Amino acid sequence: MKIAIASGKGGTGKTTVSLALAETLGNRARLFDCDVEEPNCHLFINAQPTHIEPVNVLTPEFDLKHCLGCGKCAQHCHFNAIAAVKQQMIHFAELCHGCGNCVLNCPANAIARGTRQIGRLEFCNAANFELISGVAQIGSSMSPPVIRQLKRHADRQRINLFDAPPGTACAMTAAVDGCDYVILVTEPTPFGLHDLQLAIQTLKMMNLRFGVIVNRADPQVDIIGGFCRQQQIKLLMQIAFSRRIAEGYSRGQRLLQAAPELKAEFETMLKGLGAI
Amino acid sequence: MKIAFSSYGKTLDVLLDERFGRAANFVIYDTETKETAVIANTQNLEAAQGAGIQSAMHIVNAGAEAVITGHCGPKAFHVLQTAGIKVYLTRAVTGEQALREFEAGRLTPSTQADVEGHWA
Repeated sequence: MKIAIASGKGGTGKTTVSLALAETLGNRARLFDCDVEEPNCHLFINAQPTHIEPVNVLTPEFDLKHCLGCGKCAQHCHFNAIAAVKQQMIHFAELCHGCGNCVLNCPANAIARGTRQIGRLEFCNAANFELISGVAQIGSSMSPPVIRQLKRHADRQRINLFDAPPGTACAMTAAVDGCDYVILVTEPTPFGLHDLQLAIQTLKMMNLRFGVIVNRADPQVDIIGGFCRQQQIKLLMQIAFSRRIAEGYSRGQRLLQAAPELKAEFETMLKGLGAI
Repeated sequence: MKIAFSSYGKTLDVLLDERFGRAANFVIYDTETKETAVIANTQNLEAAQGAGIQSAMHIVNAGAEAVITGHCGPKAFHVLQTAGIKVYLTRAVTGEQALREFEAGRLTPSTQADVEGHWA
């Protein structure tokens, strides 16, 4: 089973919930940190990576001896990453998405499929579950290929938890794509509601099933609960605002270290989703 | 010799566009015939990325030997330099003013980009 933990708004508690779910499931879980531009699950785990896998994408290598200087590679580049000037090919790697269209459209077969590293995967044995973190290379603006390669390590025998990046752009959609269920974590603020609505629109377009967790819930503020009832959206759980949890977090504690009593609620929720 | 001016309009008497990659048009002026031609740059004006590179390719393909503009980024400069096209930066308001500066020898070719790229 594949479950993504996403949000819309950043800083609502995706990683907090992801780690709590992984800890609840233990060795039945494999946690994937898909927030590859700033992975942070590992900060809550005292373990070094046991294995590192590079993430490479295609990069064109021009054979100027066979180049006709026709410029078709540059014309077919959707990302304006190639300039063909007087039989000299200028390739701007930071604009290149590695799609290979230049290779396919070269009439002289003068472009080879080279590789370029854009990130890495770090494998880690955490407290009682497995963690694999995607890490985009600094300076690389391409996170979806890192996320897609990360997700290929999903294990059919386990519950795969994907801690998604915030927002609703291509990195988030790459993380939630193909998941059996998406848990949306939000907070009871107008900003939290606004971005939750954007995330829900995105998930509906992708035909994905989802439910909502309210983090830092306040019994006086029903902004998210009211919205969910009105829209008939499943409210999975509410994590009450608590100074104890916030203090634990500031010391690098996971949610279930600071509030172990919540484990039973996460178990109930996972049973409701058919995960256990 | 042909000189390309980044421009908001289609003639030299209108505002010079200080941006190179995202200029509305390029006015190509021929110093021998004193005639001008226009290249629309709408596609690059609206491009998600790589506008400077493709604008530079327009200049290369137009056969211009010099560009007069307000600012030039590193990627566009690299392409223009590779093609042997000189880049002159000016603070003139109109194309005509910039041309007079050029003809009076008050502009010197740039040796590097004067603004940073947007992607690195």
